[in-house]
Amino acid sequence: MEPFETITSRPSVLMRDDVDTDQIMPKQFLKRVERTGFGEFLFDDWSREDGWDLPRTQVLVTGRNFGCGSSREHAPWGLEDYGFKAIVAESFADIFRSNCTKIGLLPIQLDRATVESIADSDSVQVDLAAQEVRWEGGQASFEIDEQIKHRLLNGLDDIALTLQQGDALSAYESDRERSGPVTTAL
Amino acid sequence: MPTTLFDKIWAAHEVAPGLIYVDLHLVHEVTSPQAFDGLRMAGRRVRRPDRTLATADHNTPTDGTPVARLIADQLSRVQVETLERNCAEFGVPVYSLGSERQGIVHVIGPNLGVTQPGMTIVCGDSHTATHGAFGSLAFGIGTSEVEHVLATQTLVQKKPKSMRIRYEGDLGFGVTAKDLILGTIGQMGTDGATGFVVEFAGPVIEKLSMEGRMTICNMTIEGGGRAGMIAPDETTFRFVEGRPAAPQGADFEEAVRQWATLKTDDGSVFDHEIVVDAAALAPQVTWGTAPDMVTDIASVVPDPQSESHERALHYMGLTAGQPIQELRLDRVFIGSCTNSRIGDLRAAAEVVKGRRVASSVNAMVVPGSQEVKKQAEAEGLDEIFKAAGFDWRVAGCSMCLGMNPDIAAPGERVASTSNRNFEGRQGRGARSHLVSPQMAAAAAIEGRFVDIRDWT
Repeated sequence: MEPFETITSRPSVLMRDDVDTDQIMPKQFLKRVERTGFGEFLFDDWSREDGWDLPRTQVLVTGRNFGCGSSREHAPWGLEDYGFKAIVAESFADIFRSNCTKIGLLPIQLDRATVESIADSDSVQVDLAAQEVRWEGGQASFEIDEQIKHRLLNGLDDIALTLQQGDALSAYESDRERSGPVTTAL
Repeated sequence: MPTTLFDKIWAAHEVAPGLIYVDLHLVHEVTSPQAFDGLRMAGRRVRRPDRTLATADHNTPTDGTPVARLIADQLSRVQVETLERNCAEFGVPVYSLGSERQGIVHVIGPNLGVTQPGMTIVCGDSHTATHGAFGSLAFGIGTSEVEHVLATQTLVQKKPKSMRIRYEGDLGFGVTAKDLILGTIGQMGTDGATGFVVEFAGPVIEKLSMEGRMTICNMTIEGGGRAGMIAPDETTFRFVEGRPAAPQGADFEEAVRQWATLKTDDGSVFDHEIVVDAAALAPQVTWGTAPDMVTDIASVVPDPQSESHERALHYMGLTAGQPIQELRLDRVFIGSCTNSRIGDLRAAAEVVKGRRVASSVNAMVVPGSQEVKKQAEAEGLDEIFKAAGFDWRVAGCSMCLGMNPDIAAPGERVASTSNRNFEGRQGRGARSHLVSPQMAAAAAIEGRFVDIRDWT
């Protein structure tokens, strides 16, 4: 994962609510066993509609409950491969939000009026270290879990971090072998 | 201090602050190949193959194709074969296409007895919430997290907030667990439970079968919830007892003693609580492109309240004011991790028995697992469905998400027992209406939606 650096970009706007991951990455592309190259399939059905315009910029600006539905990480993979590094939305679905942070795609939750103001701007700057979004005529702070922020800023691999806690894990596991669930071998 | 069921399970699984141990990791072919690749590239192994179980379900054809190498669709074949190869390489047990134990991951877990109360259960699938019906903490994860669990048997997770949905009153005649959860989502919206782990409670829940409880917890995610759960009781213990992977003999007795403590204490405080009047619910039918766009069978397509609603009506080919019971159907799908268990098939067969599917309707039944299929056939349910004109298929996710060849054509209207009515979910341009198995069965017979309560 690449460290997250401050970005300045024209916002790409999709002002719809409840955009589900089936729309972001339709099921026919989930058959691929690769992790790269999903950008060209992003919003494959919707992109056939008249008037569809989603420029390949670094910041996506969208509505409420973005990324609801299926847990498919193929949706964040597609958004990242398309060029986005941050998503500004009124709110996010839980699994989608978590999936984004695992690959270095920054979810930023802001109130509706702020999101609309950013959508109307020509350029937006995202500064993770300062937890701030800036655009002509405005700026807003956003919240993010400290641990996730640290991981994104440094481009750290979650698995390596967890394996550093190997002793605690082994201790827990040996204790759980005595008191935990019993599963009969199949 | 009184604690909730969720608090108890969370506390028992905290390896370190924000690091949760996983008792059972379920794996399927669609969300795992990139995770296994990640392990391979980093030279890592699967930490606990004995706590991991894989099956092929999303992609598998339901026409009786006996083994992966004969799957006609090349991409699907490669994906299922990749799962088999990864499982062999990393020592993970797998029930792939052709196995008697193959089936939808959320059907085989409970039926094999690997799903047990008090466990933490994850899977790269949002409907993992299903397993919460056993009083476990179960939720869907993405592929990066699948890789993390494979490597470490843990998950980095901030503790979600807690929420209780309490039901008052009894379900009326013809109203099922599916109607209960659809009605609940209609009330709270598709993000009403976002950020929360939800406990479902109340006399109605206690009276439900395990299958009904699984239907409820399964759809927690459609209300945005991280996980849904129901306190285990005698119904739960009897369901688990005697299943192949359940504890046996004295181990089972000891397990029941532990499971019986998994309850929310009186006086526990939830971060959020809502009450739903179960007695007021009629059979539900979705009319739009999100699960909260739902109404009563006796009602009409509502007036749009937002741009999303207008978009949905346009996509669904509906106009406000149309009676739901006048909507004519092209297809009926009985299946999916929401409603493909033996109890669901029995309920649908009861409706279908001695009747014929309308000539304008293409109707199919896809049992949730090969074991469910076998049991249904032993009970003669397959004969009832086939005599009525239903297509009787083999197990898989099938038309719930249409990754295999089971898809609807553009513009076709589908009555479906599945969980998502999103645009294009069951095929590009297909129009899905979510209903209970009984309502789907009756709709197949009449060629339109009917009110199961006064239908004879």
